[in-house]
Amino acid sequence: MGASIGHAAAFLAVFAAGLTMGPAQADDLPVIKVEMRDGIITPTTIEVPANTRFKLEITNSGTSPVEFESTELKREKALAAGSTSSIIFRTIDPGTYDVFDDFHPEAKAKLVAK
Amino acid sequence: MIGAFVIAFREVIEAGLIVSIVLAATRSIPGRSRWVVLGIIAGITGAALVALFAEKISEAFEGTGQDMLNAGVLIAAVLMLIWHNVWMSRHGREMAREFKAAGEAVRSGERAAAALSVVVGAAILREGAELVLFLYGLVASGTSGVDLQLGALAGIGAGALLAAVSYFGLASIPSRYVFAVTSALVTFLAAGLAAQAVQFLANAGLVEALQQTLWNSSGIIPENGLPGRVLHALVGYTDRPTALQAIVYVATIVLMIALTRMGAATKRQDARTVGQT
Repeated sequence: MGASIGHAAAFLAVFAAGLTMGPAQADDLPVIKVEMRDGIITPTTIEVPANTRFKLEITNSGTSPVEFESTELKREKALAAGSTSSIIFRTIDPGTYDVFDDFHPEAKAKLVAK
Repeated sequence: MIGAFVIAFREVIEAGLIVSIVLAATRSIPGRSRWVVLGIIAGITGAALVALFAEKISEAFEGTGQDMLNAGVLIAAVLMLIWHNVWMSRHGREMAREFKAAGEAVRSGERAAAALSVVVGAAILREGAELVLFLYGLVASGTSGVDLQLGALAGIGAGALLAAVSYFGLASIPSRYVFAVTSALVTFLAAGLAAQAVQFLANAGLVEALQQTLWNSSGIIPENGLPGRVLHALVGYTDRPTALQAIVYVATIVLMIALTRMGAATKRQDARTVGQT
């Protein structure tokens, strides 16, 4: 138990260090932008490069919170109104993947990796 | 209103089921309520902090902060679950009977309860951050009506009710079997959380091996449907597991069984030594 708490503390310390580091090499990545606004995802077909690293930058420009999610890609990100956040993808096989807004079930889009 | 209800309900189910299993597993431990309440409060506080600093956390570690945090929280929960089961294999059966009176056992039992309070906190922190964002958005936007807010509240209530029903279901199991049932639940819970943790590590780019999808059962039980979500919470169901997830899942179960067997063996040895003196 004591050791586990020690591990948890060590992890938090490393994590806090990471918080202050910020994005270093993430800048030279291809950036694909997605806008989500109160149940509308733009564009409805998100084109991304396959088999390479890229950054998906999601902006919530609406007045309600959104959650970008893809069960196929095992990724999700919740965003408060007015915030922007990114997901870094290592590599995606070519193909079409469903994405949706978990907080606005009617909002759907496709992510196409080529 | 229905939309808000469903979203809030869904977000509560997973943490709610984990909390109900933990409550059932610690039923025989005196003084556990304090720890469980502490875990719940810590979890909610943590969830609020994660929601508040969501953007900052996301940017950490070159954009993988959220994945790293999730992986860390889940790994801590898995370690605590393993530790708890090993402890229970040594002391659990006595606790149900005569052991309650012994001060040493109570103190030792508190450690097991403390471990599970970490699990409760981790579960709520993980699942709660999204719910906090969602609820805060409902209140802060000013555009959402009272019906949406009521819907969300009702959703949380329904989720808590489901957790309560599963707790009382588990609690009504005769005490002879409850130990075996909760041990099995905790084992599958740990395996499922470990498999999720390794996926977060893969998303963060820390592990790259064995990422091929083993099967796709999203046509039969989609992971984001209600049955899928319940199974996800209970046994770590995922509709497209990677090979690595499956290996980690099985390995966690094997490790858990091996360690609890060792724990039980140590107990028998202790009993023999005590018998000889």
